[in-house]
Amino acid sequence: MSIADLFLWFFGGLLPLSAMAYFLARGKAITSEKNNIRMHSRPGFYGWYTVIWVALPALATSLIFSIGHLFHLFSVPATMLLATAFALGGAGMWFALGHIKADFRARPAVEKVMRGVLLSAAIISILTTLGIVLSVIFESIRFFQVVPVWDFITGTQWQPDTAFLIGAGRAESVGPLMFGSLPIFAGTFMITLIAMLVAIPIGLFAAIYMSEYASHASRGRLKPLLEILAGIPTVVYGFFAAITISPIIVEIAHSFGLEADYTNALAPGLIMGIMIIPFISSLSDDVIRAVPQSMRDGSLALGTTKAETIRHIVLPAAFPGIVAACLLAVSRAIGETMIVVMAAGLRPNLTANPLEGMTTVTVKIVEALTGDQEFDSAFTLSAFALGLVLLIITLMLNIVSTIVVRKFRQRYE
Amino acid sequence: MNKTAEADIAMHTNNDAKMDTTTMANDLNNTEAGKTTPSFMNEHKSPHQRKRERADARFHFYGFAAIALALAFLVFFFVDIIGKALPAFDETEVLATIHYSEAASKNYNKAIDKKMRGVVSRAWLRSLPAYMKAHPELMGSSAELWVLADSRVDQYIKQHDGHGLKSKHRRTVDAMLKDGKIRTVFNTTLFTNGDSKLPEYAGILAASVGTVFTLLITMLVAVPIGVMTAIYLEEFAEDNRFTRMVEVNINNLAAIPSILYGLLGLAIFISFFGVPRSSALAGGLTLALMTLPVIIITTRAALRAVPESIREAAYGLGASNLQTAWHHVLPLAMPGILTGSIIGLAQAMGETAPLIIVGMMAYIPEAPTTILDATTVLPAQIYTWSTESMRGYGERTAAGILVLLAVLLSLNALAVKLRNRSQQSW
Repeated sequence: MSIADLFLWFFGGLLPLSAMAYFLARGKAITSEKNNIRMHSRPGFYGWYTVIWVALPALATSLIFSIGHLFHLFSVPATMLLATAFALGGAGMWFALGHIKADFRARPAVEKVMRGVLLSAAIISILTTLGIVLSVIFESIRFFQVVPVWDFITGTQWQPDTAFLIGAGRAESVGPLMFGSLPIFAGTFMITLIAMLVAIPIGLFAAIYMSEYASHASRGRLKPLLEILAGIPTVVYGFFAAITISPIIVEIAHSFGLEADYTNALAPGLIMGIMIIPFISSLSDDVIRAVPQSMRDGSLALGTTKAETIRHIVLPAAFPGIVAACLLAVSRAIGETMIVVMAAGLRPNLTANPLEGMTTVTVKIVEALTGDQEFDSAFTLSAFALGLVLLIITLMLNIVSTIVVRKFRQRYE
Repeated sequence: MNKTAEADIAMHTNNDAKMDTTTMANDLNNTEAGKTTPSFMNEHKSPHQRKRERADARFHFYGFAAIALALAFLVFFFVDIIGKALPAFDETEVLATIHYSEAASKNYNKAIDKKMRGVVSRAWLRSLPAYMKAHPELMGSSAELWVLADSRVDQYIKQHDGHGLKSKHRRTVDAMLKDGKIRTVFNTTLFTNGDSKLPEYAGILAASVGTVFTLLITMLVAVPIGVMTAIYLEEFAEDNRFTRMVEVNINNLAAIPSILYGLLGLAIFISFFGVPRSSALAGGLTLALMTLPVIIITTRAALRAVPESIREAAYGLGASNLQTAWHHVLPLAMPGILTGSIIGLAQAMGETAPLIIVGMMAYIPEAPTTILDATTVLPAQIYTWSTESMRGYGERTAAGILVLLAVLLSLNALAVKLRNRSQQSW
């Protein structure tokens, strides 16, 4: 019996059983109300109480069996799993139906379980973080057993191809493995910088215009239009950067007598910046509008122009929030994948010239994990080490921006 | 007095007459609104003040220019993509004589005349033996049919550079064109086929079905868990260290790059739990974890917008926490939750990076039938097509993009409409 069939049988059995339990118990409660016995809770709660007694034992059994199977502790045939689960569920129903009496407090019992269910839903988000951190850390540790951490951080040569040759059984013909990530991070930094040079001025001025100059109606129309930019999938931007923008840049560079690669850093950087504009503009718009009107009025009453009020009063007041928005935008740009995979280069290149091809962290992660290599090679594991650095950088940026925003809120609320 | 200031004064005197009338008109218009400065203050401006006013106007213009620039890009982008995609909605057909012979059922090349090889789509020819097997009554007959042309012929007819059609085929095609044996029809292949190694036979059907499967799993997992988390945090949780930790954690999750969710999916779902690589299940679960923070954050905002008086009224009638949340708060917050779910859905639909990591960029010619089959999704299909070198894939990529954008933009428009309609002032 395949896992899919097992799932089907399990839920195909559990759902009717639960429905039966619900209607039996509710019916019992309704009957006793008809006989003028006042029940403590509404009939539905007795129904749900019984459902809990059916579903929880059945789910718990299957969970125990799956954990045993997963960790190779013990293994039971699927039929036995189903039989045990349904038997326990049936027993639970019998037990719960026996409980239904006038003075039994079903509502608190159900609510306690529901609270537990809601809490476990909230815990899933923590487990997700834990899952990301652990999966990245464990594989990174395996990587750093092969490659020294210091070489990884400070090395300027990235030559993982030798790992591929070792995999092919030609280990003697290769030089040492080189996993120096410096050129990769330099490329990431360069493309992020270009993106920010586009996104911050345009996004910020757009936010100022929308919050200070535009009428309410035109703001209502402009904001969704700008947000279309954020709704376009990154794979589409990547295609656009690679097919349309890159050749234009090469052409323009050529007309100035410059040489530009088709995988130059400028095209993905520009497009990434445009993608991030609505991100900065809506976050900044929010903080600018949070600056109290009284400050603007005070400044205008002293005879300043509107621009002077914005420059000298509103923007300094909103500054922490704007910085936070920019930090979040930076973390977004660093983690952006598809645009650079499609439009930036594959070759790590330590250069300051944005017209040359260079590569980024995310490109290298995708390259390492989509090849035909076996999972254990150092080349594949390098993706997790790069992922770890990416995770640390984005988390730090996010935490700093959260703290800055909280400071800002405290000042005005 | 410096030169610019002198120029200022000159300009001032030149424009004096005009200025007066306009300021007076402004005055008349704005007396009720009382927004602009009254005219008597404008009459004697110092050069310094004019400079300040110009700076003011300049600043206003920068803001306007920023918006205009962004919107101009948007227009340029859509014109470019639509221009690239439109040719893909046409396909070329050629009139060819098909021989349903014994030889053709063994070697599909024998079904057509020799000079037509390289003009008729090889992918279409390849499907012929299977078709003949299903229709044995055709054996021995021949028929003149409109059949799919090779991608190079298609590109040549559309007059694209780099069509790659050989000169001997070009002569055949030119002759056929003169005889009216070539026509252009609406491209149905694009919508009825899966991926193919030959561009004229490649379509988005398999990827679309894969997208539906994947997103179904995403929504079935993410919406219930997300809404339950939000209800817990807004309606049940006390303000303690654990709650604050969950809140900080959710904000962090929303900022984690999507590719790291791909690493999570690869290490946890595929390597640890043994979910089949490239399956809709692996992709759907990965996307569900990625969408979760979006749904939690929007649902919390929707729950918070329900006024406290509603809850107090319910408590006053003896309802418990759960009853209040379930019967009163949740129904009122429903439009907001729906909006958040649609936004999350749209985001998951356009996501590519984590899905590539969990292997969803495989070559999938047939639509999947279960959630455990190897699957691809629309954005991943767009990515794989964009890496193909043959000319015919370029316009298919753009066509795929156009379909994806149409779906995404209508989802977002739906969300905006829903939000505007449900915005209730209490």
